Amino acid sequence: MITLTINGKPRPFSGDPEMPLLWVLRDEFNLKGAKFGCGMGLCGACTVHVNGEPARSCLMTAAEMSGKSITTIEGLSVDGSHPVQLAWEAIDVPQCGYCQAGQMMTACALLAKTPNPNDVEIDSAMSGNLCRCGTYRRIRAAVHQAAELGKVRK
Amino acid sequence: MKINRRFFLRASVIAGGGFMVGLHPIAKLKAQGPPGANQPLSPADFVSISSDGIATIVAKNQELGQGALNLLPMMIAEELDVDWKTVRVVRSGVGPQYGGQITGGSTATPSNWEPMRRIGAAARQMIVAAAAQTWGVAAEECSTASGVVYHRASSRSLRYGELAAKAATMPVPAFTSLKLKDPKDYKIIGTTTAGIETKEILTGKPIFGIDVTVPGMLYASFEKTPVLGGKVVSANLDAIKSMKGVKHAFVVEGVPMANPYPNYLFEGPGFEAGVAIVADSWWAAQSARKKLEVKWDFGKWATQESEANARRADELAAQPAGRTLRKEGDPEAAFQREDVKVVQARYEFPFIAHATLEPQNCTAHFKDGKMEIWSTSQFPAPGRTTVARLLGIPETDVTLHMVRAGGGFGRRAYNDSMCEAAWISKTVGAPVKLLWSREDDIRHDYYRCGGFQYFKAAIDRGGKLLAWKNHFVAYGEGDAFVHDGGFNAGEFPAGYVENLLVQASKMPLGLKTGALRAPGSNSIAWVMQSFIDEVAHAAGADPAQFRLALLKKSTAGTAPVDPRARALNPARMSGVLQLAMEKSGWGQRTLRPGAALGIAFHFSHGGYFAEVAEVAVDAKKQVTVNKVWVVGDIGSHVINPSSAENQVQGAVVDGLSEMIQEITLKNGHVVQSNYHDHSMLRMPQAPAIEVSFLKTNNPPTGLGEPALPPILPAVANAIFSATGERIRTLPMTKQGFRFA
Ligand code: FES
Ligand code: FES
Repeated sequence: MITLTINGKPRPFSGDPEMPLLWVLRDEFNLKGAKFGCGMGLCGACTVHVNGEPARSCLMTAAEMSGKSITTIEGLSVDGSHPVQLAWEAIDVPQCGYCQAGQMMTACALLAKTPNPNDVEIDSAMSGNLCRCGTYRRIRAAVHQAAELGKVRK
Repeated sequence: MKINRRFFLRASVIAGGGFMVGLHPIAKLKAQGPPGANQPLSPADFVSISSDGIATIVAKNQELGQGALNLLPMMIAEELDVDWKTVRVVRSGVGPQYGGQITGGSTATPSNWEPMRRIGAAARQMIVAAAAQTWGVAAEECSTASGVVYHRASSRSLRYGELAAKAATMPVPAFTSLKLKDPKDYKIIGTTTAGIETKEILTGKPIFGIDVTVPGMLYASFEKTPVLGGKVVSANLDAIKSMKGVKHAFVVEGVPMANPYPNYLFEGPGFEAGVAIVADSWWAAQSARKKLEVKWDFGKWATQESEANARRADELAAQPAGRTLRKEGDPEAAFQREDVKVVQARYEFPFIAHATLEPQNCTAHFKDGKMEIWSTSQFPAPGRTTVARLLGIPETDVTLHMVRAGGGFGRRAYNDSMCEAAWISKTVGAPVKLLWSREDDIRHDYYRCGGFQYFKAAIDRGGKLLAWKNHFVAYGEGDAFVHDGGFNAGEFPAGYVENLLVQASKMPLGLKTGALRAPGSNSIAWVMQSFIDEVAHAAGADPAQFRLALLKKSTAGTAPVDPRARALNPARMSGVLQLAMEKSGWGQRTLRPGAALGIAFHFSHGGYFAEVAEVAVDAKKQVTVNKVWVVGDIGSHVINPSSAENQVQGAVVDGLSEMIQEITLKNGHVVQSNYHDHSMLRMPQAPAIEVSFLKTNNPPTGLGEPALPPILPAVANAIFSATGERIRTLPMTKQGFRFA
């Protein structure tokens, strides 16, 4: 038995300890926000926060998550009111939307450390997240806007 | 959508005092059955108005990120004359009553522009009639705005919701007699509306195919033959079945393909042989699969190699061509002339995979002889037909739910994952979610077909293009190219050069090919617009001016043209080309050392696009695309502007990715497997993209595809201007170039 903390709540898990966190979240706890894209750490669609750091949930096992605090897109806000979500909505970022949960989780972790990032900092933080639909420039604009919204809120 | 012949408009009352307008099958046809189908048509109700004034509008096309949930409902809502915020969009089911639900080829806008607006106008007209009767005035004296009918003369008004019940009893107008709005009065068409599911996307709601959950559902992983047409000889099924969580493991024989180049679009429900593993979690199925040992009989394609195909292409190019697709004037005589300059080149482009970020998946539930399916298919209606044939059940026993897709790009036109899920669910007698791994997805695609072009052009002393020859060597057998692997004999500059020869030769291929965003154009635009650039430089001309001059030289009417050839309108193309030159400051700006501009245009899917790329190349051949200017003419209206701009910017990024991608074959196996060896552009490499639309007085056409093709040659031409090296082979990494 492993206990993970997901979006602030303790969650016991008794399945295969080798199961990647991504599948624990999606198929055991029915949190479908993190997405499967590659299973190899190449696309970032599965990005969540582990103890506040962005992490590829497809590469981490349930066993490694014992005692760790995990935040998923579902834990960002209950109603889509996190500055990153508001900015993404205002800029009309998504096309298919499949990559966007991972993009937002990465952006959110960037902003927590670097509240006012420049283009180079954004590009470098976001370069592990693929967008097959090519919304990169809108994502970059949305990160800037989220930074602004974050300042207002403080 | 051709609705006039088989359908008529009908209105009906709905519970709570609302009304509904839809297309209903014509009774005579219902009795006889439409050609090729053996089931009754049912009504397709497109719009309903509840007594509280909410307009519920049905979206019949699949959402892949191209904005389909907004697009057609916006057309209905505009003519209905309601506020967009009072509109609720719902997905339709899948069936023939929706008039052919295929999402591809940038067809949604052009084929639905008339019918969708007319459906909205019909509902509005009936509501107005209801108001006029209530007030005892003539309908012509009434007007509408924002879901309210007004009789200005008597200062009376009624909301649509209040009139809905009565409207249902009004005579239904004839479809063709409807009066449509003057476009200058449009309030919704041409104004950005937010994506219908954006909120759900941003909060991580389970809206994608991969998120579908059905009670009691099992999970399947399917190991398919790595070589086309291979068969399973034996597999360690007992060992697999004993693994943790595994419920079933069995050999799927596969179904013979209907023809050598299988087509999952409409029929021939063949699918590849392999071993299915069904478990209580996908992870368990996938883990068991790592222990799977299969003995295969790979069959006749087991020795196929990409390099051998390339050598074979060169051999074929040296021989008389298999077929002449188009000939005008006397090109051979022109090439022999002493006073001409001859330019020759060989171009090669690879197979590439779609690699949608959401891998192929499908959930199927076979119960009591009936099949229920949740699918991200772009071609749901043909998929339903295919599954019915595969399982030998009537089509009416297949219920299909459309679920949002994490990208399509043509991949989901092929319903192979749907056939597999249906087969596996029927075999195990339980609901099953089949999910492909990324490796499955890259290795079992319907690839964009590769090919080779051998060019020869003659330029006269005055710098005029006198003769053009291209010999296309690609894949196919007999008269047929492989699916979506052919060549449009009408491709520019055909029709603009007096001496022209377009030829083709084929070699066999053991790989499935199919439509990838801007099929037929995404490779052809690069070769044709690159070679035109070579000719322009050889003629000592400015590449943009050379193209403009060429566009003035239409030879149309001088020779019989293949009716299947898609030919462009030179005036519209010149329009976008000139605007792209203006926007980018073509010939007007001094660029940094090492930087250069390249230009290209292409007509496809009804859309006219010219693009200019500014690139900088360093000493290590690292290419930075600084900026791209895109100008498109897709007719009189851009229906949803923000979404349209997003599509175009995405098409440019997609096209750049195509410059670094390839799928190759070794021993009949696809070599690449995941995003490390079939990569795509990342954020730091994405350029600024300025999008402009040139609005012209033409019916609106689609936008998913036509913005993509010109970006490849625009960048390749810019790289030539910057370095003097011409990219004649894709991926450009073969010539040592990469994106910085
Ligand atoms: S699925 Fe984890 S990085 Fe792609
Ligand atoms: S929006 Fe489709 S992959 Fe990013």
